Amino acid sequence: MTTTELSKKDKFLSVFSSQDYSDEENYYISLRTQAKEELKNLDFPTSKNEYWKYTRLGKISNSDFCLGKQESIDINSFLIPDLDATVLVVVNGYLDESLSSKIQQNGVTVCSLSHAKKTNQDSFSKRFNKNTASKNELFLTINNAFHSDGIFIEIDRNHIAEKPFHILNITTSNQSATISRNVFISQPNSKLKIVESFVNLNGEANFQNHVSEIFVEENAHLEYNKIQEKSNNNFSVTTEQVQQKANSNFTINTATFSGALVRNNLNVEIEAENCETHLYGLYLAKNKDHIDNHTVIDHKEPHCNSFEVYKGVLEDESTGVFNGKVFVRPNAQKTNAFQQNNNILLNDTATIYSKPELEIYADDVKCSHGSTTGQIDDVAIFYLQSRGIGKQSALKLMISAFAKDALDKISIEPLHDFINLKIEQRFE
Amino acid sequence: MLKIKDLHATINGKEILKGIHLEIKPGEVHAIMGPNGSGKSTLSSVLAGREEYEVTKGTVEFNGKNILDLSPEDRAREGIFLAFQYPIEIPGVSNINFLKTAINETRAYQGKEPISAKEFLAMVKEKSALVELDSKLANRSVNEGFSGGEKKRNEIFQMAMLNPKLAILDETDSGLDIDALRIVASGVNKLKTPKNATVVITHYQRLLDYIVPDFVHVLYNGKIVKTGTKELALELEEKGYDWIKNDTINA
Repeated sequence: MTTTELSKKDKFLSVFSSQDYSDEENYYISLRTQAKEELKNLDFPTSKNEYWKYTRLGKISNSDFCLGKQESIDINSFLIPDLDATVLVVVNGYLDESLSSKIQQNGVTVCSLSHAKKTNQDSFSKRFNKNTASKNELFLTINNAFHSDGIFIEIDRNHIAEKPFHILNITTSNQSATISRNVFISQPNSKLKIVESFVNLNGEANFQNHVSEIFVEENAHLEYNKIQEKSNNNFSVTTEQVQQKANSNFTINTATFSGALVRNNLNVEIEAENCETHLYGLYLAKNKDHIDNHTVIDHKEPHCNSFEVYKGVLEDESTGVFNGKVFVRPNAQKTNAFQQNNNILLNDTATIYSKPELEIYADDVKCSHGSTTGQIDDVAIFYLQSRGIGKQSALKLMISAFAKDALDKISIEPLHDFINLKIEQRFE
Repeated sequence: MLKIKDLHATINGKEILKGIHLEIKPGEVHAIMGPNGSGKSTLSSVLAGREEYEVTKGTVEFNGKNILDLSPEDRAREGIFLAFQYPIEIPGVSNINFLKTAINETRAYQGKEPISAKEFLAMVKEKSALVELDSKLANRSVNEGFSGGEKKRNEIFQMAMLNPKLAILDETDSGLDIDALRIVASGVNKLKTPKNATVVITHYQRLLDYIVPDFVHVLYNGKIVKTGTKELALELEEKGYDWIKNDTINA
């Protein structure tokens, strides 16, 4: 018997069928075709799937989405005060050159992803899709098959970017669905800082599937700051697929201020010796927000250090999920891996699922992990009160301090100030 | 200034204070001594308003106001300061930010304008010198990573900044070496005026060589069992608390 009724997955995918990729080179079309083939065997994961155990996808799989429509946009309200950066604006998954800064930075190639495909430089083509293909993960595979556009940044060997890049990733329209993608390449001995803000304009119940492929070559330094501040009823599934080469240094700061459903998949493959990896995250959830961070650090070679600190403050009926996996492969001797997840629940109705996981196959390593969930320390509150600070202000001071600590390593001062201000405003 | 009458207090149903009477006038320094577990720290906690302690009987008047009905912050804003025996570390809250908030909330309570940035910084500079506190510490998180001596000096620094009418020093001498003790004590002495009063809670007499009390009270088993002048502290140091215990039992 055959059924004509579309499955939820097919209905979801049909939204993107009108996207036209015909001007892409055959090679890139073949990558999409391969991913579409893989999608036939994938479906929305259920809670039976360990990777998705605490994040149900009904809110996404049961919704009707459409593609975002063009709107006139004033980006000023999305800019970060005093941040001197090259601003790149992506609207509903496509680079908007009219809104973006036209100034080129010495030693840095910046263009849309579609333009990078057209020019098809060696450095791009040999990396694109390489670490994201055939991962057997629905959203990543959807992105491989149906991504629209995004930003390509490549910094040349021996260059330091004069200023940071700020990508404004904007979605519009009600119930729009966007599938965007970035590729960042840091060539050897380079230094680059990127800020990406995910925001929405006028639209409710947007869905965004975003992937960043990040390549940190030998002795390169890359800092990626990801600010998720879409208003409450938005859904995001994002993936950073990071690959580090010898002596490289990668830092990611993830700040999530809201989201009806946010799932961040952060995968770092450390492929060579003497690398340093810093993963810092902050999630502030309220109402019925659901914020899920899944991180994987894969230590494959010796003498590497990884540091991971994620902190969450959850209130109302919100839910947080943290799953931090660290692999230390047999060859990865002298690994130093530190992981910590701290949570504060402001109400009895807020929930956190925290799951640190270490899988260690080498015998000469230093690995630690810790997870705490609690309320604000009463004794500390009393101490502040005893100095004349009201109980409510004392609570605010303590929560802000807890939250700020998570992203204290952001090296771009105006961004650091901006984040701290947002935290303070949140708990006012 | 402070009138404590027949104060009884319990924690978890256990009675710790069993009828304290004490009157403190402006300009006075009182020392409260006593063996471990006699109720010294309970008394300071009750005065500062820790919720864990329940006052079952008695009154505490501060400048004519019954403070037992006030929240801890309002007691502080009225001018009561407690220097903690174990100052709390508060990661992420800078000393400066914390003190500025404290001062401005106190000023708002008193109907005054917030302190200007210039005035505040000048005050920080002046008061931190008073306890020889490195100005860098003022910018660090409250007590985080401070040594024992730095924490105690930070307590006196906060006291100097908040300028209380009544300061209660809870075992401020514990864990201090002789130099730190001298610095802390000289800070306290410099802050003394005819209008404010100090209560020094201590286990040992040595602090009282530096902060000379007008009265010495001996607290034992939740009551003040003996009151005298500074000589009483010396006598206690010589004879030990057993002398008081035996005395109390015999009486």
